[in-house]
Amino acid sequence: MDIATHVFSALYQFGDAFAFLVLSACGLAVIFGMMGVINLAHGEFIMCGAYVTAATVHAGLPLPLGILAGTLVSALVGVVVELAVIRHLYDRPLDTIVATWGLSLIATQGTLIMVGSTMAGVGTPFGSFQVGDYSYSIYRIVLFCAALGVLAGLYALFNWTRFGVLARATIQVPHMAAALGVDTRLIYSLTFACGAGLAGLAGGLYAPTMTLVPTMGATFIMEAFVTVVIGGADVFLGTAPAGGVLAVVKSVMTSWQGQLFGQIGLLVAVIIVVRVLPKGISGFVLRERT
Amino acid sequence: MTGLLAMFRRLEGPQTVGRGPAFWGLFAVVLAVALAYPLFSDGYTVGNTVYFFVWVFIALSLCLIWGYGGSLSFGQTAFFGIAGYGYGILTINFGSAYGFTLIALVAAVAIAALFAVLLGYFMFFGRIAGVFLGIVTLAVTLMLERFMAQTAGPEWHIGVARLNGFNGMSAMPPLTIPWPGEPIVLFADVGLYYLVLGLLVFVYLALRILMNSSFGNVIVAIRENPERAEMLGYDVRKYQLITFVIGAVLAGLSGVLYTVWGQYITPSSMGMTAAALPLIWVAVGGRSDLTSTVVGTLVVLAAFQALTIYGSQYALVFMGVLLVLTVLIAPNGLVLGVMNWLGRLATRFTQRAG
Repeated sequence: MDIATHVFSALYQFGDAFAFLVLSACGLAVIFGMMGVINLAHGEFIMCGAYVTAATVHAGLPLPLGILAGTLVSALVGVVVELAVIRHLYDRPLDTIVATWGLSLIATQGTLIMVGSTMAGVGTPFGSFQVGDYSYSIYRIVLFCAALGVLAGLYALFNWTRFGVLARATIQVPHMAAALGVDTRLIYSLTFACGAGLAGLAGGLYAPTMTLVPTMGATFIMEAFVTVVIGGADVFLGTAPAGGVLAVVKSVMTSWQGQLFGQIGLLVAVIIVVRVLPKGISGFVLRERT
Repeated sequence: MTGLLAMFRRLEGPQTVGRGPAFWGLFAVVLAVALAYPLFSDGYTVGNTVYFFVWVFIALSLCLIWGYGGSLSFGQTAFFGIAGYGYGILTINFGSAYGFTLIALVAAVAIAALFAVLLGYFMFFGRIAGVFLGIVTLAVTLMLERFMAQTAGPEWHIGVARLNGFNGMSAMPPLTIPWPGEPIVLFADVGLYYLVLGLLVFVYLALRILMNSSFGNVIVAIRENPERAEMLGYDVRKYQLITFVIGAVLAGLSGVLYTVWGQYITPSSMGMTAAALPLIWVAVGGRSDLTSTVVGTLVVLAAFQALTIYGSQYALVFMGVLLVLTVLIAPNGLVLGVMNWLGRLATRFTQRAG
């Protein structure tokens, strides 16, 4: 019995870390993997999703609809950002980082001015359950399922839909796709919107679990970047396994030495993995396969 | 003697804008004005100018790594913070007698350099390049900020120096030069002004010489085309690591001088916003030239401070807009663009006269 509760506790910690890593990294991984663009304003898209979710829930909508609204608004903002800024910088990857960082500054400070230093949160739904001596939040289990759902949904989107096929064609050989009549600019816009929407979804899902402040994006961004760097360019062969590996590192280090050491563990892991596998896990897997 | 002369000849060259009597005449005028400036001003304004100068070093470090070397590092504020904390810990523990503050300055910068060697080894010898370099350095910086921010408890101390978590360290002694009779204490006014100005001129000229030497040419060659530089027989990794460490030394110097200036250092000096600001100065100034970086940094800092006085919250939004617009409209930097335009104007003028 005692061992079983320990095992459950470890699994719960792992699932929690896995959901956080995958959900916060997905949007970033889609944008980076498909477009080669590093979006430093990723955290601010997450913040946007969380704020919209909280605002709509305060307005009386049920939480799932609020999360949906957060996702859609973030995706819309993503389209605007792509049209106004990102579109002009595809051939200058380093400048994209700098420009999105500027956007992140504007968004953080702009939110601070318009909404104030904090926003009333949303209560965590579902309550908790008891295993052994410890009580666990049911919502964390929901988050874990959501992470799996997002991965499955992305797989379906990029493999089974027309948009997915066109997007992958555009990524592989842009000129060829354009010559065959694909509107590559539209595909890039939609892909960016998809990434931004995923960030908004992460924000909406985590809105009930954390305090809403304009700088909340920063809590996600390091984990997101670490997962994407370790995972490499492919969402399924990279982000998902990277999320798994890092979740083990993080949950073990956290339960051993506390939250901060969980994060230090992530950082050490990333430096070592990058030294050994420069193209990330997906680069390694793809090289083995070919 | 000829070696020294050859070195001074490197003050002008292909990697730096500005040459000939006109440029150096202007340089001498600016230097003379800078030297005479405290005579016409009050202590507070001079202290404020020192604050501006302090930031120029970190801007130059970013100019070196990003503008000349082509690797975008977000980690400069990490070295800034490490050196700043290093100075605080050393001087609070050992005091300021016998000129120890100067030793602490050098030691703190050396600690930052050592950290850069370690981090740089993993990055450059792991052949991390491009956007990944930016991400790893950013992750390290944010990590350090979080680490320092949670050191609030009394158990976090080194010697008698408490780290104080989010509030940061304060009350470290200012730089003190041992002098027969009475040691000279450099508070944040005229004394510190001349020291920092001297350091600034020295670093600026030294970097000009370095960038126009063969080392600088190799660095620029690596930025333009790493594979070709490697084929020509240069060990790209070694050159990148050395540039990174020099950059860390400059950023560390900035950190120590900042700590000395205000006698405090906080974790937020390594945070996202703090890391973004040098990037803005360098990008707006013109990252690929030392002079435009210095001018751009001073101009943007002065503008930022003026904005902070009149509309404190909007200053950061304005900085963000400035950065995005610079990247979109003038990727090479505004100051550099103006300088090149002036240069063309000057040549046309002299040609017409002659």
